[in-house]
Amino acid sequence: MSKQNKYHVDEKGMYGQFGGAYIPEMLYPNIENLKAVYKDIIGSDAFQDEYKSLLKDYVGRPSPLYLAKRLSEKYQTNVYLKREDLNHTGAHKINNTVGQILIAKHMGKQRIIAETGAGQHGVATATACALMGLQCVVYMGEVDIERQAPNVARMKMLGAEVVAATSGSRTLKDATNEALRDWICNPEDTFYLIGSVVGPHPYPDMVAQLQAVISEEIKLQIAEKTNKDYPDYVIACVGGGSNAAGSFYHFLDDERVQLVAVEASGMGVDSGETAATIAKGDKGLIHGSLTFLMQSNDGQITEPYSISAGLDYPGIGPQHAHLFDTGRAQFLSATDKEALDAALQLTQLEGIIPALESSHALAALDKMSFKKDDSVVITLSGRGDKDMATYMKRFGF
Amino acid sequence: MNRLQQLFSDKKDICSVYYTAGFPQGNDTVTVLKALEDGGADLVEIGMPFSDPLADGPTIQASSEQALDNGMSIKILFEQLKDVRKNVQIPIVLMGYFNPVFKFGVEKFIAKCQYLGIDGLIIPDLPFDEYRDKYQGLFESAGIANIFLITPQTSNERIQLIDEHSKGFIYVVSSASVTGAKKDVEQSQIDYFNRVNSLGLSTPTLIGFGIGDRSTFKTACEHASGAIIGSAFVKLLSENGADAERIKQFIQGVKTK
Ligand SMILES: Cc1ncc(COP(=O)(O)O)c(C=O)c1O
Repeated sequence: MSKQNKYHVDEKGMYGQFGGAYIPEMLYPNIENLKAVYKDIIGSDAFQDEYKSLLKDYVGRPSPLYLAKRLSEKYQTNVYLKREDLNHTGAHKINNTVGQILIAKHMGKQRIIAETGAGQHGVATATACALMGLQCVVYMGEVDIERQAPNVARMKMLGAEVVAATSGSRTLKDATNEALRDWICNPEDTFYLIGSVVGPHPYPDMVAQLQAVISEEIKLQIAEKTNKDYPDYVIACVGGGSNAAGSFYHFLDDERVQLVAVEASGMGVDSGETAATIAKGDKGLIHGSLTFLMQSNDGQITEPYSISAGLDYPGIGPQHAHLFDTGRAQFLSATDKEALDAALQLTQLEGIIPALESSHALAALDKMSFKKDDSVVITLSGRGDKDMATYMKRFGF
Repeated sequence: MNRLQQLFSDKKDICSVYYTAGFPQGNDTVTVLKALEDGGADLVEIGMPFSDPLADGPTIQASSEQALDNGMSIKILFEQLKDVRKNVQIPIVLMGYFNPVFKFGVEKFIAKCQYLGIDGLIIPDLPFDEYRDKYQGLFESAGIANIFLITPQTSNERIQLIDEHSKGFIYVVSSASVTGAKKDVEQSQIDYFNRVNSLGLSTPTLIGFGIGDRSTFKTACEHASGAIIGSAFVKLLSENGADAERIKQFIQGVKTK
């Protein structure tokens, strides 16, 4: 394995022992087709020109790297926030959907399908489809449809069809199953637009490449703001792991940068009500990928829990499994309570209401110790508008 | 000659039936199996229930969910099949998703299958390359046939490659769909069956997905060694329970020319 390739995907679609494409034969041609073209499309000038211009003028990039002064004072270090919350639609998810929609267009696909949990990826997908005039079908667990009514309405307003996943636990993993079933039944005209660095190869790599703009910008911005061209820490929350994968991407081979991934431990790592996949899961297959997942002793996939709908996925991207396995990244977890406290603290120290998911990354500040001149980058993956109902309930505002 | 080879060399119009283990009642697995053999099924595929059966439609999904609620697991299935070869002679294939097998331990799983007299496995999400590179030796030395799926989208080259590495039979998925999608057999499907047959494969084929009554069974048998009935039979079980008489009527109804 070359140094270059130590933490990236290899020709077989593996990250060390993780990854691959464990899919039924029905999906084989689709996956092979995507595998054959995605790198060339992403590498082409035509794609890059269009993608870059959309990121700039439509998404609003580059997103600021903001030195959070009062937060830094409290932790006696230098905390920089990578403001993905300021993107169009309010989270990092749009970087990926704008990229994949262009890939779909290059492949001549007419119909886009996606899965969504909280609805953030669904909204970002519906947005990209509206922009390109493509048909959009979003699968969403029946339980989530009830919990996330505003996002359901946004998707519908954007012209998407929202289909309830009524199987299994009727949440994100089942929505993903339904999307895969749709793809099995519509192999020719349909593009499956996955929302995180999960699923069969090449999805984890493709999504990571499309989110890599986050670390590309951090690298330039940190050089402008400090006397080093790298941060000492990069911290991000992990559901499937796309904002973390994008935040880590350009630092993977720079071992001076400590990478920290924060999972959601719900009511506590050992409470049985948790989404801390690395902490509580073990090796297995989920949605076509060999990775860590939460499962029973009999190999049935179990339903995770977190207050944050974007983090309660029972698996984790295979690259993260590899980063854990090799020790390249450190994995922490934060409980519901710790995330809520961190959200309130950021709001009142910096005037920024973060998404609940991102608040898990912020909660890591209390679990680590830093030197006075360290630069600590935390990816603020999304804004808190969508979580106001939870904040109102929990804080009594 | 093993049981699968024997079957395919002796018979045509093979009627293979899929059902989910531990459904509708947890202890129905062997009752249904015996009733199928007595009723005239030539081959059975016992489904190992999984929480996330992504190649299955609503009928089989619901049966899996019920079976898991009934407490089914691979361990319990093996327990139920402990003495199966004392009173069931037809070939038995286990079908299920890779994760529970992986978690159980593939080597241990294969050893157990061999010990119990299981003839083959269908693991839709075990990719061909992975099988060939890691498991083919293990399966073959245990005499367990790994059965691959092909679909209308599978290229001729790939079908031939799969044929070279197949034992038992090849599972010809009749259309681009999940299990249970019920349609009449269309001309485009017939063209696909003819394409498969024109390749002169050395492994016999069975057609499955969307086969559920006398007419679709008959059409499928004209283009393969036989056909596989899944959702239609699972539906019967969900409506009538593991009733041996009904099961026999169902099989006879499908097989009658
Ligand atoms: C704001 C925000 N952050 C993080 C996530 C988690 O996804 P990932 O781990 O892929 O970044 C989500 C998912 O919905 C999200 O909406």
